[in-house]
Amino acid sequence: MIVESYKPVYAILAALIGTICVLMTGKRENLRETCSCIAAVTMFLIIASMVPTVLAGKKMVCTLFEVLPQMSDTYQAITVSFRVDAFAMIFAFVASFLWIITVFYSMGYMRGLHEHAQTRFNACFALALFGAIGVAFADNLFTLYLFYEIVSVCTYPLVAHHQDDEGYDGARKYIVYLTTTAKGLVLPAMILIYVITGTLDFANNIQTGIFPAGASGTMVTVLYFFCLFGFAKNGVMPVHNWLPGAMVAPTPVSALLHAVAVVKVGVFSTTRVMLYVFGTDTMGALNLGIPTAYIVSFTIITASIIALTKDNLKARLAYSTVSQLSYIILGVALLTPSAIEGGLVHIANHAFSKITLFFCAGAIYVASHKKNISEMGGLGRTMPFTFAAFAIASLSMIGAPPVAGFVTKWKLLVGTMEMSSHNIAFLLVLLASTLLNVGYFAPVTIKAFFGKRPAGETYNGVQEASLSMVIPLFLAAIISVIIGIYPDFIMNFVKAVTG
Amino acid sequence: MDFLLINESYKFFDIGILSIIIFLPVLGSLVLLFINNDNAVRYFALVVTVANAVISLPLYWGFDPTTPKYQFGEHHAWFPGLDIWYTLGIDGISLLLVLMTTLLMPLCVLGSWKYIQKRVKEFMICLLIMETSMLGVFMALDFVLFYILWEAMLIPMYLLIAVWGGPRKTYASIKFFLYTLAGSVMLLVALIALYLKTGSFSIPNMMGQGYSTVFQFWVFLAFFLAFAIKVPMFPFHTWLPAAHVEAPTAGSVVLASVLLKMGTYGFLRFCLPITPDATFTFMPYILWLSIAGILYGGFTALAQSDMKKLVAYSSVGHMGFVTLGIFVLNKNGIEGAMLQMINHGVTTGALFLMVGMIYERTHSRELAMATGVGKFMPLYVIFLGFFSLSSLAFPGTNSFVGEFLVLAGGFTHSTLIASFAIPGAVLAAAYMLRMLQKVVWGGTKNPDQSYLFDLDAREVITLAPLLLFVFWIGLGPSPFLDVMHTSVHHLIEQVNAASHGATTMASLIP
Repeated sequence: MIVESYKPVYAILAALIGTICVLMTGKRENLRETCSCIAAVTMFLIIASMVPTVLAGKKMVCTLFEVLPQMSDTYQAITVSFRVDAFAMIFAFVASFLWIITVFYSMGYMRGLHEHAQTRFNACFALALFGAIGVAFADNLFTLYLFYEIVSVCTYPLVAHHQDDEGYDGARKYIVYLTTTAKGLVLPAMILIYVITGTLDFANNIQTGIFPAGASGTMVTVLYFFCLFGFAKNGVMPVHNWLPGAMVAPTPVSALLHAVAVVKVGVFSTTRVMLYVFGTDTMGALNLGIPTAYIVSFTIITASIIALTKDNLKARLAYSTVSQLSYIILGVALLTPSAIEGGLVHIANHAFSKITLFFCAGAIYVASHKKNISEMGGLGRTMPFTFAAFAIASLSMIGAPPVAGFVTKWKLLVGTMEMSSHNIAFLLVLLASTLLNVGYFAPVTIKAFFGKRPAGETYNGVQEASLSMVIPLFLAAIISVIIGIYPDFIMNFVKAVTG
Repeated sequence: MDFLLINESYKFFDIGILSIIIFLPVLGSLVLLFINNDNAVRYFALVVTVANAVISLPLYWGFDPTTPKYQFGEHHAWFPGLDIWYTLGIDGISLLLVLMTTLLMPLCVLGSWKYIQKRVKEFMICLLIMETSMLGVFMALDFVLFYILWEAMLIPMYLLIAVWGGPRKTYASIKFFLYTLAGSVMLLVALIALYLKTGSFSIPNMMGQGYSTVFQFWVFLAFFLAFAIKVPMFPFHTWLPAAHVEAPTAGSVVLASVLLKMGTYGFLRFCLPITPDATFTFMPYILWLSIAGILYGGFTALAQSDMKKLVAYSSVGHMGFVTLGIFVLNKNGIEGAMLQMINHGVTTGALFLMVGMIYERTHSRELAMATGVGKFMPLYVIFLGFFSLSSLAFPGTNSFVGEFLVLAGGFTHSTLIASFAIPGAVLAAAYMLRMLQKVVWGGTKNPDQSYLFDLDAREVITLAPLLLFVFWIGLGPSPFLDVMHTSVHHLIEQVNAASHGATTMASLIP
C-alpha cells in the first residue's frame, strides 16, 4: 500500500535547516548547540511519527525534482524521490536517534578539549546526517547516489578537523577512496543499469529486482560487483583502507563515521542495491551470493586479525568496524530468510554497540589523554562507568546474550544452517570471528579492571569525564542491552522487509 | 524557403528580433566611441548587454518546440548577383546557445569591472563586437554570412588577448590566431566545394543532398579540421591553455563558454546533416579522439599548479564529453552533448570568473599563492565549492545531467568506448577536489592571506545567476531539454536517412 507523504522530506529538511541555523548562530556556542539539539530532536520525532504507518505495512513516497524527464518509451524519468519503507526505517530510526545522543556527547567532548572551529564541526555534522537520512529514504538509485556523495563531501571537513599534516593525510585518503569508487564504479554501474532497464527506481520487494528477463548474465554480474565495491563506505576489503585513515578525526566524528552515518550509509546502500535492484531471485539465478559471502568472510576474518595487533584503542575499534560491517553484507549474501534478517538487524545492533565503544574511547581520552590499550591498566577502577559501558558493548560485539549482538549472531548462525551448501564454511567463519572478537575486546576490559597500573602511573586527577559524555555513552550501552532482550521492535521492521 | 518560419509578431519596426539582437551590441559599440569617462563606458556596456539579454528572452517563450524548422526567420537579399542571402533563423540546436551568449555577456562586463583599468573603452568595444559576431554565427543560415561572422570573431578575440593579456600575450594571441585561421581556411574550402556542388550558399539546402561518399569524405575532413581546432579536440588543443592563461578574465569566459561551443555547434549544424555518410565513416575515430581528450585533459589538469591552466585543461576534458555525445549519434548522446555545451558555458565561465577574482586580489594565478583563503573569504569558497562540484559532475548539479546523458548514449553505442570515459569522470573529481582543498584549506604552512577581503556585491551579482543555472539545470532540466527534442530527432533522421552505410577509409581515397 502506497501513501503519498512529504514527511521524509521534512525529516531531511530538519537537518538542512539545522545546518543553516548552526552557521548563523556561529560564535554563540550555547545557542548554536541548541540549534543542533532542536534539529536532531525534530528529525527524530518526524521519523518516529512515521513508524506506525510503516509497521502497518504501508509505504510512504514523494517526488521532489525531475532530474531527467522521460526521454522515450524505453527510458523512464529519473527523479529525486523518497520512500519510507521498513528497510529504510531500520537505518533512519537508529541514525536519527543516535544523532541526538551524539549531539550531547560531542558538546562535552569538544568543549572538554577546547577544540577549534566548532561551528564548522557542528554544521558539517548536521549535513552528514542530512545525507545519511537522504540515503535511507532514497526511492531510486540516483537519489541514493546523490545523498551518498553529499555524505562523502560533508564529512571531509570533519575528518580533516585538526588541520594538521596527519589530519590532511587521513582526509585525503578518505576522499580519494570514496570518490574514486563512487565515480569509477557506482556511476558507470548506475548508467548501465539505466541503459539496460530504462529505470533507476528500486523494486517493491526484495525478490524480483529490476532487471528484465533477457539481461545478459555477465553484464549483471559485472554491475553487481561494481556496486559491491563501489559503495566503499561499506568497508569491504580491499576498499576499506580509508576507515583506519579517518581515525585522525575527533572521537565524536569517529563515532558518527563508524556507527551512524558513513559506514552505515555504505552497507545500507550495498544491501539496498543487492535486494532492491538485483533482488534475491537474480542473485540466486546468477549465483552471486556465495562469492560475495566468501569475499566478506575474508574481510571479517582478516580485519579481526589486524584488530588483534592494534594497541591504539581507536584503531582496534576501526578494524572491528570493518569486520562487523561485513556481517551485514554476509547475512544478505547468504540469501536465506534468517540470514538476511540477521544481517539487517545488525545495522541497528552494531550502531548502538559501536557508538558506545567509540564514546568510551573518547571519554577515556578526554579524561586521561590515553590512546593506547597498554597504558590503560587499572584505569577501569578510576573510570568504572565508562569501562562498564565498554564491557557491555564488547559483549554485544562478541555476540554474547543478552546484549544486542547476540540476536545478530543467532540469526546469522541459523541462516547458515538454512543453506543447502557451503553452510559449514560460513558457520566456521562466524564461530572463528566470534573467538577473534573475544580475543581483541576482552583484554581491554580485563586490563582496565584487573590489570596493574603501568609503572609510575598514578592517574592523579583522572576521573570520569563530564556528565554530558558519560550519560550518552551509558545510555547507548543500556539500549544495547534492551534491544538484546527485546529485539522485537527492530525485528518487526526486518521481518517486514523479508516478508 | 520552406525550412524557415517567419514569426511576424516578433518584429519591431519591421526588423526581425534576431537582427535586433545581433546588431544591438555593435550599435552600442559605436556609441561607446563617443563616451570618454571610463566608468560611464562600463555602465553603458553593461546596459547594452543587459538590454540584449532581456530582448533575447522572448526567443524562448516564442519558440515552438514542436517543429524542427528554423524559427524567427529573416531572409533578405544581400548580394543577389552572387546568390548570397542574409538568412537568419534558430532551431532547437542554436536557441540555448544564443540565450547563453546573451546572458553571459553582462557577466563578462561585470567581471572586467575592476580587472580592466587600461583602455577600458576599447576593451568594451571589442567585447561588444565579439557578442555580435558570436550571436551571428549561431543564427546564420547562409554559409557566406556564417563564414564572415566566424572570421570576424577572430579579430576582437585576438585583440582581447594581445592587448589586455598577461606576460606572454603575444605568443598566446598569435598562436590562437594561427590555429583558428588554419581551421577557417579549411572551412572556406568546404564552403566553395559545397557551393560548386549545389549552386547555393543556403546551409539548409546543402543538407540531405546525397553527395557521393568521396565528396562527403573530403568535405567532412575540411569541416572536421575547422571545428576540431575550435572545440578544441585532442590533439588540436595546444592553443587553448596558452590563450586562456594569457587572456583577461572576460576573454577567458567568452573563449571557454561561447567560442569553444562554435566547434561543437559546427559538428551538429554542418558535419552531421550535410555529410552523414562520412560521419559514420569517421565516427569511431572521433569517438576515440574524444576519449583521448577526456583522459588527456583530466591528467594534465591534475598536474597544473596554475589555476587558470587547470580550468583550461579541464575544458579539454569536458569538451571531449561533448564530442563523445555528438558522435555516438543517438538521442541521449546528442541531447546530453548539447546540454553539456550549456553546462560547460555556465560552470567553466563561472570558474574563470572566480580565478579572475582571486587574481585581482593576490595578483597571481598560482595555486600555491591562493592556498587557505577559506578562512578569510568564506563567501568566495562557498561559490567556488558549488562551481567545482558542478564541474566534476556532482549529482544534483547541471553537469551531472549532461554527463549522465552522454554516457548513457555512449554505453548504448559501445560499452567499451564509454567505459574509457569513466576514468575521465574520476579525474574530474580528482583535479577539482584538489584545487578546492588547496584553495579552501591548503596545508599547515599557508602564505599569509589575512589581507584578503571577501566578495563584494558586484562579484556576488556576477556569480549568482550562474549558480542559479547550476541548480536549475541540475534539478529540473526539462525546460532546457524540451526545446531540443524535435530538432535532435530531426537531426538523427537526417543522419540515418541519408546514410548508405559506413565505408572504409581506404576505399574512399581516390
